Amino acid sequence: MSPLSSYLLLSALLFSIGLAGALSRRSAILVLIGIELMLNAANLNLIAFWRYGARPEALTGVMFAIFSITVAASEAAVGLGLILAMYRHSKTTDLDKMTSMRG
Amino acid sequence: MTITFLILAGLTIAGTVAAMGLRNLIHCVLALTLGFVGLAALYMHLGAQFAGFVQILVYIGGVAILAVFAIMTTQSAEPVTRPGSAPFWVAGTLVATGVFAVLAWAIHGSGAHGRVLPAEPVVTAQQIGFALMRGYVLPLELMGLLLTVALIGAVVVAIHERGESI
Repeated sequence: MSPLSSYLLLSALLFSIGLAGALSRRSAILVLIGIELMLNAANLNLIAFWRYGARPEALTGVMFAIFSITVAASEAAVGLGLILAMYRHSKTTDLDKMTSMRG
Repeated sequence: MTITFLILAGLTIAGTVAAMGLRNLIHCVLALTLGFVGLAALYMHLGAQFAGFVQILVYIGGVAILAVFAIMTTQSAEPVTRPGSAPFWVAGTLVATGVFAVLAWAIHGSGAHGRVLPAEPVVTAQQIGFALMRGYVLPLELMGLLLTVALIGAVVVAIHERGESI
């Protein structure tokens, strides 16, 4: 197995772990963390393709990964803020108990 | 596939599986930190040192701390976290296994097997700074705008309203 496909397989596995967590956990914070894991798997793919690509000195993959990390960080901040706002309304972070948008 | 890659991949997978499977939310975030460390080490192993350090700074120093704060703020009313009920676990694991199978099949059928490792590129922080200030200056400014909007938006969404309990 070549190194590139092992990196791609690891990334696919990370994506699947994040997807399983986001689908099966009932805590809103852990669902958000699962989504972060899926974004991280995409970043690993970007950097692996950059390293094995034709012109690594162009830095395209690294730049894409850095911007992607920035977007993921702002998404986490807004998402956790939304979870806090929902918690203030419904007094829970359990997604099964959040049945109404108005609290 | 070197022994370093195997160790780092094992560390990452163990951390993320524990993060998605443990019962206590704080333990989940601690395990997640381990997974992020493994990912950052994998980035450095691939030659992207700057991205690895950014990963440590942003995810371990920012996102994990933020998640711990959110858990500690919200957990007081519900000290025991209920894991997902059994049908959810079965369905989630089945869907994720299916997705992994499709991705693995696609990787197996792609041309990724024949790729040889090119010579290691020299990537210094100076080069990344030049690239950010020349070719990528518009995305950089957009990122700054996005971070400002996200900062203000998160504060506005989560702000304690006057006259509300808690």
